[in-house]
Amino acid sequence: MANKQVLSPVPGTFYRKPAPDQPPYKEEGDQVAAGEAIGLVEVMKSFHEIKTDFSGTVAKFLVDNEDPVMAGQPLVEIDG
Amino acid sequence: MAMGNLLIANRGEIAVRIVRAARELGIRTTQVYSQADADSLAVKLADGSVEIGPPAAAKSYLNIEAILSAARETGADAVHPGYGFLAENADFADAVESAGLTFVGPRGATIRLLGDKVAAREAAAKAGVPTVPGSPGRIDDPAAAHELAKGIGFPVLIKATAGGGGRGIRVANDQAEFDRLAPQASAEAKSAFGDGGIYIEKLIEKARHIEIQILGDGERAVHFFERECSLQRRRQKVWEEAPAVTLPGDIRRKLCAAAVSLARSVNYRGAGTLEFLYDDATKEFYFLEMNTRIQVEHPVTEFITGVDLVREMIRIAQGEPLRLRQEDIHLNGHAIECRINAEDPANGFMPAPGAIEALMVPGGPGVRFDTLLYPGCTVPPFYDSLLGKLIVWDDSRESALRRLAGALEELEISGLKTTKSLHQALAVDEDVRAANFHTRFLEQWLERNPLS
Repeated sequence: MANKQVLSPVPGTFYRKPAPDQPPYKEEGDQVAAGEAIGLVEVMKSFHEIKTDFSGTVAKFLVDNEDPVMAGQPLVEIDG
Repeated sequence: MAMGNLLIANRGEIAVRIVRAARELGIRTTQVYSQADADSLAVKLADGSVEIGPPAAAKSYLNIEAILSAARETGADAVHPGYGFLAENADFADAVESAGLTFVGPRGATIRLLGDKVAAREAAAKAGVPTVPGSPGRIDDPAAAHELAKGIGFPVLIKATAGGGGRGIRVANDQAEFDRLAPQASAEAKSAFGDGGIYIEKLIEKARHIEIQILGDGERAVHFFERECSLQRRRQKVWEEAPAVTLPGDIRRKLCAAAVSLARSVNYRGAGTLEFLYDDATKEFYFLEMNTRIQVEHPVTEFITGVDLVREMIRIAQGEPLRLRQEDIHLNGHAIECRINAEDPANGFMPAPGAIEALMVPGGPGVRFDTLLYPGCTVPPFYDSLLGKLIVWDDSRESALRRLAGALEELEISGLKTTKSLHQALAVDEDVRAANFHTRFLEQWLERNPLS
């Protein structure tokens, strides 16, 4: 069973939550469906939801909340 | 008290602008920077620099403790906040002064008063400045809100008392919509800003955004005429001019007098801008808010008046009285500013940070390019997308437009996408050339004129 990675399409700051006072989109161990959001990347004050193209189980977040990310950087591993 | 060492609590093109102004006044500069800005132009040009934290603004440029500690470490005796970040944070202004440093801007109490939308409206009304018809103050009673909206007439805007920058605003087109949206707006404001206070204003459909630049020394205040910033996208200014060519002379006099009257009534100290909506059809103007800082678009005013506003605001912070009397300030010619952003106009203005490969900067008389760019620099993704401001001046608007088209043609930024092509299209548009626009013009224009 191969782990698949969701990549950030843009550089910026990664957020696990849709807003500071809301719970994270997903925790490790949660199920995700293709098209579901797993996080948010802020680039130049605009926010982009990051959606997964595959279904499965969230195996591991590779980036911490509020950490800077590069374009193309893996954000999360999905165990499908 | 003369400054010896000015700390710049900002980044980007405005930090560069402040370094230059301070240098011309014989003041040493200390530039603070985040880990993402170590190689920035402002850091290179300042006399000294201090890192204040990680890239995220919340941990660096918005970190009051880190900035004050940088000031202590470097022996800075004054702080310039620029625009954005902490520039209109009253607690920051207070903290700077409590630390025994000079804040280049108004007193904390003034920032607090004018930053509260309802208090600012009340201050304007007291100074005899017309405000948009709306609730006299915050409204907490839904029944009273219902009656007030009916009296004002639809459409109305429902705004959060603690909101700003276009956030927390709803439009109600009729009574039923109002009764549905008002409680929602209050609940959202409570969650977003910790204050559920709302107020309502009449929506002026085809208004121009006109603003008056002022300087005050705490006793006297003078104006530097108006700017027109009607070309906006998502409530962000894109293109600004001075003067507003379609404004009748008697209205200009009234607007400027109203701005000075409000500034005087609060004993304003520093550079400030009073924003108004102006309705061409009725020739009425309405006060919106006062920005208690230098603004992005200040260079158009500098071009038409010949006054260096950033230098003057530093002089005022040093305790000098205003050097200019109103009769010394004259309006000459026409200036236009285009904001060159790292955004892709062909792809929904998607932000486009990255590395600059080559840079060609336009020149010649009446051309100014205020920028954070140099060849080989990197534009980080963590801050706003403003790369630079291309500003042109000429003796008439028509010739300024021609000069602008040439300067845009000369400007070359390679390595990332910019909004240059948007400005090139606007500079030759018939409506833009005729100054036939309002605050919603650009968004409608973009629907009709998709950029490739």
